[in-house]
Amino acid sequence: MAISDITEFAHLTEADVEALGEEFDQIRRDVEASRGEADAEYIRSIIRTQRRLNIAGRVALFGSPIPPLWMAGAALLGVAKILENMEIGHNVMHGQWDWMNDPEIHSATWEWDNVCPAEQWKHSHNYLHHTYTNVLGKDKDVGYEILRVTSDQKWNPVNLGQPVFNTLLMLLFQHGVAIHDLDIEGLLRRDIEDPEEFKAKLEQVGRKMRHQMGKDYILFPLLTGPFFLTTLTANMAANLIRNVWSYAIIFCGHFPDGAEVFTESQLEDETSGEWYLRQLLGSANFTGGRLMHVMSGSLGYQIEHHLFPDLPSNRYPEIAERVTAICEKYDLPYTTGSFPKQFWKSIRTIWRLALPNKKFAAEQQAHEAEGLRRENATTTPSAEAAARVAA
Amino acid sequence: MTAIGDWPLARRVRAAATRFTTPLLPDDYLTLFNPLWSVRELRGRVVSVTPEAEDAATLVVEPGWGWTFEHTAGQYIGIGVEIEGRFHWRSYSLTTPPARDGRRLVVTVRAMPEGFASRHLVHGIAPGTIVRLAPPQGEFVLPDPLPGKVLMLTAGSGITPIMAMLRTLDRRHGAGSLADVTVVHSAPDAERALFADELELLARRHPGWRVVQRHTATDGRLELAPGPREGSPRADRATGSSPRVGLDDVVPDWRERRTWACGPAAMLDDAEKLWADAGLTEALHLERFSADLSGGEAEGGTITFARSGKTVEVDGATTVLAAGEDAGIPMPFGCRMGICHTCVAPLRTGAVRDLRDGTEHRVAGEGATDSSHIAVQTCVTAAAGDCVIDL
Repeated sequence: MAISDITEFAHLTEADVEALGEEFDQIRRDVEASRGEADAEYIRSIIRTQRRLNIAGRVALFGSPIPPLWMAGAALLGVAKILENMEIGHNVMHGQWDWMNDPEIHSATWEWDNVCPAEQWKHSHNYLHHTYTNVLGKDKDVGYEILRVTSDQKWNPVNLGQPVFNTLLMLLFQHGVAIHDLDIEGLLRRDIEDPEEFKAKLEQVGRKMRHQMGKDYILFPLLTGPFFLTTLTANMAANLIRNVWSYAIIFCGHFPDGAEVFTESQLEDETSGEWYLRQLLGSANFTGGRLMHVMSGSLGYQIEHHLFPDLPSNRYPEIAERVTAICEKYDLPYTTGSFPKQFWKSIRTIWRLALPNKKFAAEQQAHEAEGLRRENATTTPSAEAAARVAA
Repeated sequence: MTAIGDWPLARRVRAAATRFTTPLLPDDYLTLFNPLWSVRELRGRVVSVTPEAEDAATLVVEPGWGWTFEHTAGQYIGIGVEIEGRFHWRSYSLTTPPARDGRRLVVTVRAMPEGFASRHLVHGIAPGTIVRLAPPQGEFVLPDPLPGKVLMLTAGSGITPIMAMLRTLDRRHGAGSLADVTVVHSAPDAERALFADELELLARRHPGWRVVQRHTATDGRLELAPGPREGSPRADRATGSSPRVGLDDVVPDWRERRTWACGPAAMLDDAEKLWADAGLTEALHLERFSADLSGGEAEGGTITFARSGKTVEVDGATTVLAAGEDAGIPMPFGCRMGICHTCVAPLRTGAVRDLRDGTEHRVAGEGATDSSHIAVQTCVTAAAGDCVIDL
């Protein structure tokens, strides 16, 4: 069984969880009060860079039959799409930059450079995923309705194809994201909850796909005249680069070992401290340099992002320092590791769970039943403090 | 609103270019080369900042693409200025005649003691700064044909829209102009009197124009209230060193004149009452630098902010913007008087009412998709029954 009482699982008292919540609230207040010119300049410079890379990529492809230019064009466009989708689009749509009061960089108006309509993304991701993070049956990101990513999900023979589905999802990631908000589960059951809404959303996805594919696979190739085919393949490569990279980054967020899943009963009367705790225990970071973090939309700070999804991404490094200090204080795990290691851990789980792996399931269940192992098995920070005071 | 949009060929070129730049607009790339090349948000470059009377400055702004130069003397524009990463909006009357020559906008700004945006415009803005602009608005204009006898009644920076009118009239000669104008302008003292020299010059050039400049620190305030009110601080002041001066003393024939009045709210309230008591309400034109939200009465109801997941009960006098801010939602806002459209948010379901004129904005149907929402100005609308705002 997944975790249904996070306070018990973490071996903390209710007072500890409340105090923890207050510490996280304080981080939010401090960052909100100090947002200013430097932050605004950060996002504007990323946006400028992204647009220049995009132009450079399009220009390079006027020489697309020449292999180095083909490669440069594909790479520049790929990087531009990655930056746009991750550090810019994803974060702007979270409202991280709404405080600037600039309608051109605002969650209400941003539309990103992939086939998923921003409006549907904001529903499935900002609302469902970020509110019900890692709650089975509520958060569609737990396996994206096609993968078994925890032994809490019942094994079905169809899961045998998981390594194949997973590869397809990687290659076609933007399309997977595009249909994410649709009632796919209902479609498979042939019992769509709201057929009219389904149709309207599907039409919206269709419109966005026509615009995106028309641009990348028809208009820009045509613009390069006789080089139509080589420009087309370069654009396909750029989209593929973005698909594979964003897939890899996103799979490191909640699937590596150490990221916990929860049952719906955890949501009952969940306090704000428990909400923070669930975000903390349900997410996993990865380490890397500044460039790596920018290129991954700051999702190497997945924990910080889940605690404060609408604080500016350039502030996550300083937030991370305070979060790790809080984790140490309350003896809580802070799941992180190198990017290859974290990616390997999530892929390994997906392969393992293609089979009804009883041993693995038993291990997971034992972990969830036992709760977080502590150096000092039964003492909590407040008990420790009380002991110190008593001494 | 946009000159470019009015030109069919340009519109077609723009639509075609957008196919290539989707999901962005061509403007988003053009601004990389010149910040004024955008009609997405109107922009302007500050050309000069000239200090005027104490704590005031005249700003000359070169507007970018999309500006039509079709304002009428007496109208105001919105200026959005970035301070510490955040855009702040204020409205200022244009002080120059509507002329295409020069292609510059001129406003005179007084730094308000508490107003850090106006303070920034007067003291903190350097030539070359890019500001955002909102198109000219306002009904405070001279009619066509012109009336026979006119009184301009102003105080403080209320002189600014009147200056635009006087300069426009000055430019026309003979029959196109006004023969009989009286200007009564009050300022605390000579140092703080805006346009003092120019007003005198105008009076000398036009035989029928009379200018009365009053310095309230020495001359006392021009009393518009019907009589000294018992116990009011103003009545006390009026009985002080300076004798009480009423409008009859300064402009005996004010009842025969069409009057344009602009100044502090208290002065305008008094003027409104004086003219109403004389049965001359029709002859008085007022300019208030805040929205008059008494034009309609909303029903009130429950506002749900969909993306923040917050719901608030509000009365019919609370704007959607105020309701959202009270609930701690980072609402976009601008001028707070319904002119700049920065605060616009999608209304998903239900209805809101415009408090300026009582217009109802209602979304038909359930509003599940982008096709069925309308954008509403949150700063001047209130709930008309239950509604859902997508913020």
